[in-house]
Amino acid sequence: MSSLTLPPTGLRFENIDKRYGGLFALRRVSVEISPGECVVLAGRNGSGKTTLLRIAARIVRPTAGKLSFPGASSETETAGRPGYVAHTTMVYDELTAEENLVLFAKLQDVPQPAARAEELLGEVGLYDRRTSAVRTFSRGMRQRMAIARALIHRPSVLLFDEPATGLDPIGISWLAKTLGDVHRSGCTVVMSLHGESEISALATRAIQLDAGSVAADTNSGASLRSILSFGGA
Amino acid sequence: MGKRIVFGVVAVLLVVAAAYANFFVAPTERTMGLIQRIFYFHAATAWAGETTFFVCFVANLLYIWKRNPKYDWLGVTCAEVGLVCITVVLITGPIWAHPVWGIWWTWDARLTSTFVLWLLYISYLLLRSLIEEPDRRALLSALFGVFAFLDVPLVFFSIRWWRTQHPAPVIMGGSGSGLDPTMNKVFFFNVLVMHIFAAFLIVERYVVEKMKNDVELLQREAEAQ
Amino acid sequence: MGLLSNTGTLLGKELLTEFRSRELLTTTVVFILVVLILFSFAINPTSEESREFGPGLLWLAILFAASLMLQPCFLREQANDTLSSLRLAVSDPFAIFLAKLLANTLFLLLTEILMLPLFAAFYNVPVLPQLPYLLLVLLLGSLGVSIAGTALSAISAQARMRELLLPLLLLPLLTPVLVVSATVSVSLLDREPVVQWKGIGFLAIFDFIFLTALWLFGEYLLEE
Repeated sequence: MSSLTLPPTGLRFENIDKRYGGLFALRRVSVEISPGECVVLAGRNGSGKTTLLRIAARIVRPTAGKLSFPGASSETETAGRPGYVAHTTMVYDELTAEENLVLFAKLQDVPQPAARAEELLGEVGLYDRRTSAVRTFSRGMRQRMAIARALIHRPSVLLFDEPATGLDPIGISWLAKTLGDVHRSGCTVVMSLHGESEISALATRAIQLDAGSVAADTNSGASLRSILSFGGA
Repeated sequence: MGKRIVFGVVAVLLVVAAAYANFFVAPTERTMGLIQRIFYFHAATAWAGETTFFVCFVANLLYIWKRNPKYDWLGVTCAEVGLVCITVVLITGPIWAHPVWGIWWTWDARLTSTFVLWLLYISYLLLRSLIEEPDRRALLSALFGVFAFLDVPLVFFSIRWWRTQHPAPVIMGGSGSGLDPTMNKVFFFNVLVMHIFAAFLIVERYVVEKMKNDVELLQREAEAQ
Repeated sequence: MGLLSNTGTLLGKELLTEFRSRELLTTTVVFILVVLILFSFAINPTSEESREFGPGLLWLAILFAASLMLQPCFLREQANDTLSSLRLAVSDPFAIFLAKLLANTLFLLLTEILMLPLFAAFYNVPVLPQLPYLLLVLLLGSLGVSIAGTALSAISAQARMRELLLPLLLLPLLTPVLVVSATVSVSLLDREPVVQWKGIGFLAIFDFIFLTALWLFGEYLLEE
């Protein structure tokens, strides 16, 4: 995996609240993630994992609190945008794999967008299908497409919302290897997971959310594994 | 609660007083006769409606800026009360126009923009009914409310210009143009009264909206358990 | 500049998608055609009446067609949540709106230009003599329809019954555009054509006001 162009960046949530019509999805969440960490967010459905990741991706505005990226070249909005992968590919079905990546590369001022798109398609194993419309892709291929889109601008922070959903064991192995490579190249990774797997084994830290608040936050191997097996679906 | 009752009683009494003034204080109009008396009520309600919509606009802007639910409640309240005012205007207008001019309706600038205003605020309320989540509903309807309000003067001027291309009977020279001094006093008294009455309706409706919100909140909390 | 280059990139994407499938263009053209034909069955105008009513009916048809054509605008971004990835990628969310409204204006204009010869034939209205002015009115009017329509399409995409809601929100709002565009067009296609600069100026003002409103409030339309 090609190395980062941006300095290693962390994530800081300060007293994040998110209310939907009076109900709290997140309540006073304060977490500091250091550059280069690989963190797992665990918790039952509805505990706030997706909301927290979407806030980190700056797709959702917190009702209160502050989000910052310590270490980014300028700790503000546009510098060092995170890469974000969720349940959908977030690319256009009618366009080809190549066209999609070039689009997102151009939007984010990636130099030599066409070359970068080709490079990335090669890395995720979609080079042969680069001129096919994404509509024709299988679930596993779509996941790779989503990851390619997230990595196109060489982010220093990568956010993953339940990445293993719908993947077969081969897909999961590939994902674990890819995430490992990305992490080793200096990227800070935050992912929400259900249960233990090859992917969760990459994590050095686990944060458990319960009803919108931080219930546990640990680096220790044993506690980490227990959070993951406990906090499963 | 006590204050609201007093306010309500005062508002209703003022309306009665205005009605009295309309029928017994104002002199009879030379050409139109008795039916003209509805004009005071009709035009005053129109002014009250326009003021109410302006308050709605301000509430919408404040919601977008501050995101306090109170502004959303004020917005929907003003939209509903304003809609009632405009409906009254659209009904009393033809009642007055038909005996005097022989037509129920004409597409002049004022009438047409009033009607479009009515349509826009019906759409505003319809939009609200089609969005369930309260924060989304508040934000999206506030945004539509802003666009709708910006549109109203454009509608008015566009129809006025259009009318210079297609002349048609003018229903009112201009409200209060060359009115007898007593008539003027009665008219402005009506304007004041209708504003006070509209304010009373707004307060009552606002209280209901707040209660609706509290209930909805409790319901959602109960469901979440 | 970030905004301009993003807008250009996104505009390219909108055009590429449409020219590949042509689904918006074909359905819009056919719809306007059907409406114009039905109008002439319903009204059965004489040649003189056609001159007077025709342009108004054309604009009415354009408005109806636009309120249908604008529905997929933000709906198609919901399928794979591409709206989120766009919001993540662009430096200014206004670029998303600008690209869409420019694309929509272009599609509307293309449709109108395609319809113009047919309109001229059905309603016996000579359009060639005043073509440049007619195109100007079509441009400014379509721009107005697009700006308001793109903004409202972002709103209706987040509500229920969106297919019915968009026309209900959009058509009353576009009253000024309908009234002025139709009147200016009638004047242009009259036996003694007159260019109504006041009307044309008004359309430009309408476009400016709503574009500014969209610029100020656009990011809130996309908020989650």
